[in-house]
Amino acid sequence: MNLVQILQFAVRGVAANKLRSALTMSGIIIGVASVIILVAVGTGASAAATESLSSLGSNTLTITPGADDGAIQFGPPAESAETDPETDSGTDVRAAQLTLQDAEALLDPELAPDVASVAPVVTANGVTATYRGESHQVASMVGSTPSYLVISDDTVQAGAALTETDHTARTRAALVGVTVARNLVGGDGSALVGEVVQLSGVSYQVVGVLTEKGSDGPGGDQDDRVVAPLTAVQDTLTGYGPLSSISVKVSAPEAVDAATAQVTAILGTRHRIGTGTPDFTIFSATQILEAVGEITGLLTVMLGAIAGISLVVGGIGVMNIMLVTVTERTREIGIRKAVGAQRSDVVGQFLLEAVILSISGGLIGIAIGVAVGSLEVAGFQLIVAPASVVLAFVVSVAIGLFFGIYPANKAAKLRPIDALRHE
Amino acid sequence: MRRPVIELRSVSKTYGRGDVVVRAVDRVDLVVERGDYVAVMGASGSGKSTLMNILGCLDVPTSGRYALDGVDTRRLDERRQSMIRNRKIGFVFQSFNLIPRTSAVSNVELPLAYAGVRGGERRRRAVRALERVGLAERVHHKPSELSGGQQQRVAIARAIATDPVLLLADEPTGALDSHSTTDVLALFDELNAAGRTIVVITHEDEVAGHAKRVLRMLDGRIVSDQRAAPVVGPPPRHAARVAQP
Repeated sequence: MNLVQILQFAVRGVAANKLRSALTMSGIIIGVASVIILVAVGTGASAAATESLSSLGSNTLTITPGADDGAIQFGPPAESAETDPETDSGTDVRAAQLTLQDAEALLDPELAPDVASVAPVVTANGVTATYRGESHQVASMVGSTPSYLVISDDTVQAGAALTETDHTARTRAALVGVTVARNLVGGDGSALVGEVVQLSGVSYQVVGVLTEKGSDGPGGDQDDRVVAPLTAVQDTLTGYGPLSSISVKVSAPEAVDAATAQVTAILGTRHRIGTGTPDFTIFSATQILEAVGEITGLLTVMLGAIAGISLVVGGIGVMNIMLVTVTERTREIGIRKAVGAQRSDVVGQFLLEAVILSISGGLIGIAIGVAVGSLEVAGFQLIVAPASVVLAFVVSVAIGLFFGIYPANKAAKLRPIDALRHE
Repeated sequence: MRRPVIELRSVSKTYGRGDVVVRAVDRVDLVVERGDYVAVMGASGSGKSTLMNILGCLDVPTSGRYALDGVDTRRLDERRQSMIRNRKIGFVFQSFNLIPRTSAVSNVELPLAYAGVRGGERRRRAVRALERVGLAERVHHKPSELSGGQQQRVAIARAIATDPVLLLADEPTGALDSHSTTDVLALFDELNAAGRTIVVITHEDEVAGHAKRVLRMLDGRIVSDQRAAPVVGPPPRHAARVAQP
């Protein structure tokens, strides 16, 4: 008795009762498809979150005044994050503030070799831009040095960028985000280049339009902003008070931790912190990415576990059907043994039937899973993880083998006369 | 003289133990020569079914010696028992015992497949066996598409496909109408006339009337042994029919 012959018997056995076979397979199909789909949802969600966060820049640090309260802040905080002097630990109120001198001190090749560039940032709140009767409430009005554009990875899609001269000459020049430009002139906004707009009543000449960031990050529309020279913003909108934050570009993504330590040391010395709690907070996009990655990773594991349960349930379904099949086909087993089937022939046939059912169920499940996994659902693209496909398939075949062995053995052990007597 | 197909020496089969021992077959001696056509008769409970199971290597005797075609069956393991059934015995059951939803020719191929006969040769031999029982036209029919008589003829084709030394039939006409019974018995006559050894278990005199030798069982023992025709030569009814013009 060769394997081909046993395989033929098994195929015939599966084909002989199509409804039963289909029901058995449906358990495996649902199990495999749900593993692939749910893991694809988890992976897709994770990728979408990471992508929108990575626009924050992976090797930048943002330093804000005030002690770290432990909360994760999404996006560079505005002035509202400024610490209330009443609750500050130190008596020196000035120490809770970041100054231009703090920013300049960070550019120190000796003490801070991993700091590549530094941009002091002031933000003006509630700025309204008006141009020829159109007006727009700007979400974020930033005053900074030209290195800010480098640090935040900004370029201009029309016009020119701000220059060092603009900064030193206190020029009232502005770069506007696409959202602002569109709201004021329509079209792609490039018509605004060279025009003079009123920012809270102060005239600024628009020199360029910032390249669209596109993604709606956790901080809201990232294209609803205006960037102008720090000096000009201080002259006209914020006054010469403390900085809102300091942006730091780290020489390499790997050096983020080293740079954080260097910045902490320099500012600690300048603010006379000693061993106490720093009166400033440093956060990096990497930290957020890690936190979000952890959360979405957990989500994926959880979804995978739920799907895994359905796979096991499907497997138990296979075993149920195989047991019923053996009972129902006891007479057939008796006939086969009477005409000379060996125990191994019977085991082989029933085992192969179980494997055929689980393999074809697994393949159909993969087809459905991959088809659904290539869709875009709830605003993000599902991503089919190849590992989940392999895992689901291997598990489905293993289930077929595992749950096929018991009924197959039970079938083969029957004595032919007992099996033949079975009604 | 050639060795007998069946040789039973003081074969017993008991069930239970202690006070409730039931002797289904009680020290039976029996020799069946090649070419014989034996009917085993008896009421239900007489032990004829147990004897049939022992003869068919479906069950092993508790004591005694059983040689089938010269092979002592006492020391056979399960694997060798299967092999003996496959090579030396063809079964015909009362309830046909065909595999459902499987064509006639596939059913007939079954013992050949377990004997290791390959594809084309297997199909040819199965078709030849079906032709032998007069079902050449029904090769691809499923059991559910065949009448009772036709199903039993498929079962006979399956039994003779491997060319066994012994055709063992258990109440082969029990589930058939009189017309089909006549067909099946005529087929047995023909097979025996061609030299095949047949043992048929029955309680019908009509069936026993076709045999060359009739055994009667009672309480596990053979109580009568009558010969109606010599071992060599055609069975009585077959001869009668041939003799008629």
